Amino acid sequence: MTKKQKKMLIRIFVTAFLTVVLGIFCTESPAALRFFLYLTAYFIISYDIIIKAFNGIKNKQPFDECFLMVVATIGAMAIAIYKSGDYTEAIAVMLFYQIGEWFQSYAVGKSRKNIAELMNIRPDYANIEKNGKLEQIDPDEIEVGSVIVIKPGERVPIDGIIEEGSSSINTSALTGESLPRDVKPGDEIISGCINMTGLLKVKTTKEFGDSTVSKILELVENAGLRKSKSEAFITRFARIYTPAVVYSALALAVIPPFVRMFFMNLNADFGTWIYRALTFLVISCPCALVISIPLSFFGGIGRAGKEGILIKGSVFLERLAKAKYIVFDKTGTLTKGAFEVNGIHHNSMENDKLLKYAALAESASTHPISKSLRKAYKKELNLSEVKNIKEISGKGITAQVNGLNIAVGNSSFMKDLGINYIDCHHIGTIIHIAINEEYAGHIVISDTIKPNSKIAVEQLKKIGISKTVMLTGDLKKTADKIALDIGIDEVYADLLPEGKVSKLEEIMLNKPEKDTLVFVGDGINDAPVLSRADIGAAMGAMGSDAAIEAADIVLMDDDPIKLAKAIKISQKCIFIVYENILFAIGVKLICLILGALGVANMWLAVFADVGVMIIAVVNALRVLFTKKI
Amino acid sequence: MKKSYKIEVDCPNCANKMEDAAKKTTGVKECSVNFMTLKMQVEFEEGIDAKAVMKQVLKNCKKIDSDCEIYI
Repeated sequence: MTKKQKKMLIRIFVTAFLTVVLGIFCTESPAALRFFLYLTAYFIISYDIIIKAFNGIKNKQPFDECFLMVVATIGAMAIAIYKSGDYTEAIAVMLFYQIGEWFQSYAVGKSRKNIAELMNIRPDYANIEKNGKLEQIDPDEIEVGSVIVIKPGERVPIDGIIEEGSSSINTSALTGESLPRDVKPGDEIISGCINMTGLLKVKTTKEFGDSTVSKILELVENAGLRKSKSEAFITRFARIYTPAVVYSALALAVIPPFVRMFFMNLNADFGTWIYRALTFLVISCPCALVISIPLSFFGGIGRAGKEGILIKGSVFLERLAKAKYIVFDKTGTLTKGAFEVNGIHHNSMENDKLLKYAALAESASTHPISKSLRKAYKKELNLSEVKNIKEISGKGITAQVNGLNIAVGNSSFMKDLGINYIDCHHIGTIIHIAINEEYAGHIVISDTIKPNSKIAVEQLKKIGISKTVMLTGDLKKTADKIALDIGIDEVYADLLPEGKVSKLEEIMLNKPEKDTLVFVGDGINDAPVLSRADIGAAMGAMGSDAAIEAADIVLMDDDPIKLAKAIKISQKCIFIVYENILFAIGVKLICLILGALGVANMWLAVFADVGVMIIAVVNALRVLFTKKI
Repeated sequence: MKKSYKIEVDCPNCANKMEDAAKKTTGVKECSVNFMTLKMQVEFEEGIDAKAVMKQVLKNCKKIDSDCEIYI
């Protein structure tokens, strides 16, 4: 609890106590004394609101809630003096209003803290060894390529590669995955994880500002600035709601009495109608509406964060709930993306030599294929042997190795070059190699499907996804087989990177406007597609800042099931949002009608008002705390 | 140019009013206030002194809610 909240709580208790005591013991006191005592209680609970109301008038803000509350309560006091002598009503209205405000501020503070803890992954320092001694340094000051020391129990401050030591690291803050991961020298390690068992020496590969942890914090801190339609709606509603209620209150105070007086020959009965108008003012504060919506979204984003799903703003959460089309990238998303060389055929030279040429030609590429070639070759590559590397996007690479012209690529590349290649009947990616324009054989590289891909697609179908599509640059034969195994509805193979974008646009054009299309990729080479889709979700994005930037949703680990989970969270969250909108507006409208008819008095009005807010807030936080999604 | 500021505000409706007030300030192109994260993101017009504009923004915000604060 903050100081402000504590003070308010004391004021609430004092006023409540005082009012009860006055109600029991002062019923027989002289009228002036009673008025004075009740007025004291009134001032204790409402002095800050009165001050704010004055400021509102000074700054020409007629629809300031504080001002309206003051008008309503002072009006009630005046009626009490003049008619009933019941001052408790005015005090109760203020009291409950303050209780509502207090509860709101407490709940909001609590959930803010909850989410802040969730994202409490900012490392405070990095250890650097100097003259045999460890020194703690601000991670901002560490240069790329420095060696930092991470002791057991410490958070990894900067992305890097392990030089010495092995350990288990806990990635749960980043991925939601509770199983620790074992690391050894040569492994990449990502900032934000916690080193659990052994001492690690890590050579940094990035500056702190570019490290995963900084990127994530930036993303989380700026989440929610892009507002959803529901939020915009409620803001617009709040803007007209208060003035509308105030004008109807005015009308209610003036029109019925005059009608009674002039047209019905009845007593004007101003007292009753003014009281009803004041009841209106009590319900004029739109706060219950305005708080519950962003709070619900905040809860949804927080909940997703807990599961290792980062959502960049409530607008994406809202769109995600309407997801009907899921377009997957194949490599690295549905398959492991860990390519292995599974065969070398029709080669004119020994396997090792062919592998070496292919690996050298691909040495500048970041594509997984190049990694797997290098892995299969096993020995160190001498990069000075390769020159003039030219990449033909989606086709292949040409390069010179020791004076030989090497061309490495797919069959269409071989066709382009006019080389007689031999087709392969194996499933996988086939890398053809030509040396000095002569065919030299091909290498089969194949990928394996992730263990959860099939379950993920099944789950997606269950939660209302109408179509799943897979896009790949791979051969149709390979793609079809994988799609069949996983249960994907449509496959588009043989696509160049630009082809993926145009295919995606084609699908988007043919779908109903209100259905959301989600593209899921691993962030390598598909940033344009990520940003083109209604929602771009980058998967396994730890360490890939380009993907974090281009995507709207970042799935921290590379399990496709997380996508189904993200959609489930968003659906639940939107359901709560609609629930709150309907509930809050509904109750307010009913109160207004009952108030106008004279059924609801101020007590009921303020109870309804505060009650709605409390229920809406509790409901909003449901998504953050429910166990199962 | 976009900048993000930490703010202090008590009620969500006041946060919306702050957003409106900031949007109406000369020199501010776009503004978004997030009550939950207590952040105000302001996009300024080209070639304008952000500091001076923010001072005016704060002044306008104070007018609609005297309790609010922007940490410039």
